[in-house]
Amino acid sequence: MADDLPKAEALITQIDHKVPQTGWMDTPVTIRKGMYCYASNPKSVEYVGLPHARSWNPLEEDWKLPENWQEIIYQGFRERLDRFRSLKIFMDICVRCGACADKCHFFIGTGDPKNMPVLRAELLRSVYRNDFTLAGKLLGRVAGAREMTLDVLKEWWYYLFQCTECRRCSVFCPYGIDTAEITIIGRELLNLIGLNIDWIATPVANCYRTGNHLGIQPHAFKDMLDFFQEDIEDITGVDVEPSFNRKGADILFITPSGDVFADPGTYTCMGYMMLFHYLKERYGFDITWSTYASEGGNFGFFTSHETMKRLNAKMYAEAKRLGVKWILGGECGHMWRVINQYMDTMNGPADFMEEPVSPITGTVFENARSTKMVHIAEFLADLIKHDKLELDVSRNDNLKVTFHDSCNPARGMGLLDEPRYVLQNVCRHFYEMPANTIRENTFCCGGGAGLNAGEDMELRMCGGLPRANAVRHVHEKHGVNMLACVCAIDRAVFPALMEYWVPEVDVTGLTELVANALIMPGEKERDIDLRGESLSGTEEE
Amino acid sequence: MNSKYMFSLVMVILLFLIAYIGVEVAGLYRLFGIFIPYLAAFVFVVGFVYRVVYWAQSPVPFRIPTTCGQQRSLPWIRPASLDNPSENSGVVIRMFLEIVFFRSLFRNLRFNFNKGQKFSYEWEKWLWLGSILFHWSFFTVVIRHLRFFTEPVPLCLQWLEKADSFLRLEFVTDFVQIGLPGIFMSGLVLLAALIYLLLRRMWIPQVNYVSFAADFFPLFLIIGIAVSGILMRYFAKTDIVGIKEFTMGLVTFHPKAPEVSGIFYVHLFFVSVLLAYFPFSKLMHFGGVFLSPTRNLANNSRAERHVNPWNYPVKIHTYEAYEDEFREKMIEAGLPVEKELTTNGG
Repeated sequence: MADDLPKAEALITQIDHKVPQTGWMDTPVTIRKGMYCYASNPKSVEYVGLPHARSWNPLEEDWKLPENWQEIIYQGFRERLDRFRSLKIFMDICVRCGACADKCHFFIGTGDPKNMPVLRAELLRSVYRNDFTLAGKLLGRVAGAREMTLDVLKEWWYYLFQCTECRRCSVFCPYGIDTAEITIIGRELLNLIGLNIDWIATPVANCYRTGNHLGIQPHAFKDMLDFFQEDIEDITGVDVEPSFNRKGADILFITPSGDVFADPGTYTCMGYMMLFHYLKERYGFDITWSTYASEGGNFGFFTSHETMKRLNAKMYAEAKRLGVKWILGGECGHMWRVINQYMDTMNGPADFMEEPVSPITGTVFENARSTKMVHIAEFLADLIKHDKLELDVSRNDNLKVTFHDSCNPARGMGLLDEPRYVLQNVCRHFYEMPANTIRENTFCCGGGAGLNAGEDMELRMCGGLPRANAVRHVHEKHGVNMLACVCAIDRAVFPALMEYWVPEVDVTGLTELVANALIMPGEKERDIDLRGESLSGTEEE
Repeated sequence: MNSKYMFSLVMVILLFLIAYIGVEVAGLYRLFGIFIPYLAAFVFVVGFVYRVVYWAQSPVPFRIPTTCGQQRSLPWIRPASLDNPSENSGVVIRMFLEIVFFRSLFRNLRFNFNKGQKFSYEWEKWLWLGSILFHWSFFTVVIRHLRFFTEPVPLCLQWLEKADSFLRLEFVTDFVQIGLPGIFMSGLVLLAALIYLLLRRMWIPQVNYVSFAADFFPLFLIIGIAVSGILMRYFAKTDIVGIKEFTMGLVTFHPKAPEVSGIFYVHLFFVSVLLAYFPFSKLMHFGGVFLSPTRNLANNSRAERHVNPWNYPVKIHTYEAYEDEFREKMIEAGLPVEKELTTNGG
């Protein structure tokens, strides 16, 4: 963790929700270390052909902007108003009632008034009014209009990259104004003049080239899974042998590459491998991984609609090439918002595949009739409901588990009860966090939408505070020691967040817990879990 | 900080003076009674339609409903058919509850930072209550005013008036006579709700911080409308028969501006200003709420394909290009490839 990050006790006492003396239009932005991500590497920007690649530093006065940047933003804004009714409506109808203000984890955690969703949106709206509305042109500030200046631009950049597009505010807005939509389009505008962050731009370039955000090349991707295969054999005595890029397989599996790369996601990845092997042995289940479409996540979503589409296209392209019947998707947050709300529209129709049917239970996934893509939690819940998994739940008895609803599956899809059903069937100690912090009211991990870098650690700790506070509540009340989630960014972000705010709580994916409990055909007596830690039953007291 | 609401307050006072002096001193009855109301109504209708058409001209490229409950997935998992509708019937009910009962605002939670560094989120109903009382009572008042534009007054309007004035408070002295005409609850509730909304905008620091003069102006203006209306009904009695003749003249396009008290013209002028201001302001949320894509779409985009009219082809990194770059490594790792390595003698 960053050296200059204040201690948790100090950080929480610093939070102050008082408003500044000066009005927000008269309070210029101060870009502060720890609260922003580094500017994008020009090579990455260039690789995917995005405009105005250059090296620049947010802390410097000169951002090396193209000369006509104001014109580019103006034209870009106009184009997007023509393309998105959402943008027009959200620019026009906010009444500033303030219901959204204290819904944002960044506002709760930082106290910065420009992190109130209403003001984040006003940063754009003020320019919109000035450039595109009669009232704004005539009345100026009285109507909340202001000109686009360099200071305003810097404010846009700073605060649009302090929003994780979690949509919690949009649940409470009486008009459904969605800050995520505003941030998405705002970032798209910034990208027109080469203002992105490297934690997004480089994964995008990697994903474009190698198929995944981490830039893992095909042979290395296979190496990593081979390595997990060995680990699994050590733990269970079973050789799970995954298959790759195999034509003619029934199903293609796509999951975020984060789970291939870093703990604790790797245990979830091992979980997938064990599950597929189990299903193959028992029921002849036929699934393949792909190295070309080796990324479920889509940092293009945090760049522009076009970039999202360019990266997402690989899923259908690979499914078509391999000739699979349908696609199974792993645990990931924004990946599922893209699949649920964008993929079919952008890259469909997927008429070369079949309506997804579980080959094991015969269940038809009617809700995925058109996209042909099923979530692993839906798939697992169906298996468990039909009693198709042999489970020894006592292997998870050392865990007291709570479940974090990831923002995108919760508010951009509605995947709430499937993962809970699975959890409650694989572990015996499950405790919910307070009702106002879960399901559609869930709080972001603080690092979504491409903000899970290292240099913005203070921002992440502030943004993740409401979630951590709720975890601390169940930790103190029920002794919860494991935070389960269905998102690879969560699994990358939470370990640091927990270490900072609730050090006694670990992080896991759903499938890891399933695999812990799963009785593999021909397995040896298991005395350790996937993490190599003693199972509670065999632990020496 | 005060300047924002002082500005709006002063504007409304100015408007009051313009109308009052314009009629009482300058005797511009036709200007304030005929010309301005017609112009305002015209601006309102044209402006409103223009704005809605402007919105509707842009497509809804993606289905982006905010899902506030369980999706429809497996048959044995109960979907939240109103908060996460998968069918249009659910969307219709969701929209109805949103527009008529402000369902999203009803959820409002207030964040509290408690002792022991514990956070809590408690149900906050006051904003919802204030808003719903304001909108409903304003709506009732508007409907009630239709009696001035209809002859004979439809029965349903008469019932509404009866229901609205069920409270009979009789308070008669030499100076004030309240109660004789029957007190309309809607007017009083409207004023009370407006004052609540105004005070919260002034006093809650965050709300004040995000407010513009343009947020205070409609509040002061509608307060002006309510106060002038209440004054006319209960205190400064106006020639109701003359006014009805005038309003009937307006709707039948044979207007004759009556020489009634200035307070009536102030009331009328405020309403005119509100109508003309409406299409250019945040008050358009009245139209926009129907079109909000996070509420008025079904979450069924995995089951039904939704078409984006401007979907254009993009440059993608094809499998062929990918394999070309990594073929050697793939073969070495035992990964299947489409094309074998070509030996070019090098």
